[in-house]
Amino acid sequence: MATEILYFAWVREKIGVGAETLDLPDGLATVADLVAWLAGRSDGHAEAFAEPARLRAAVDQVFVPLEASLGRPREIAIFPPVTGG
Amino acid sequence: MIAVTVDAAPIEVGAEHAAIAASGAGGIATFTGIVRADDRVMALTLEHYPGATEAALVALAEAAVARWDLTGARITHRVGRMLPGDLVVFVGTAARHRGAALEACAFLIDRLKTEAPFWKKETLAEGERWVDPRGSDDAAAARWSV
Repeated sequence: MATEILYFAWVREKIGVGAETLDLPDGLATVADLVAWLAGRSDGHAEAFAEPARLRAAVDQVFVPLEASLGRPREIAIFPPVTGG
Repeated sequence: MIAVTVDAAPIEVGAEHAAIAASGAGGIATFTGIVRADDRVMALTLEHYPGATEAALVALAEAAVARWDLTGARITHRVGRMLPGDLVVFVGTAARHRGAALEACAFLIDRLKTEAPFWKKETLAEGERWVDPRGSDDAAAARWSV
């Protein structure tokens, strides 16, 4: 099943696109596993995901820690800590 | 009554205040965030996560209404490119008494800063930079934990 991956702020800029639709491989147990797998897709991905401590994530628009179980979501977003207001 | 808006249109305080005042309470508290003219910042660009941002703001407003028994909560956040002096965010709360309105207003802006998916980018003469989160914002948000 295809999953929509969304990127925001400097994560989006380093990767060069705001969204990708990907078929995720089996064996990705957590969001951190997904991030590690995505890092291998290009130099931009590797740069964006070089420091996982600087990343935040949402699975189907619910904010989760990177250690959270990945499950079979329709949409995953990866982004820096928020700075609104 | 809860009203949440995320839009690139300029924020007009008069219209925002009138909308929250229509909740018909004894007191209205508001916070207005303005693009600072210091730090050599020439422009500020706000990016957000469409859908998730609005949902996060509604969840915060619902929490505030329940906790302080508000008669109304309004959050209007601008996105896109802004200039110093432009309004970034308006928060308004309506309650029967001032204490609830003032506390709920502070709660909403504190928690919005750490929980709603917005990202600020500053434009300086020498280029652009993404704004880093501030530890003081985390501390301000944490004081509302129950």
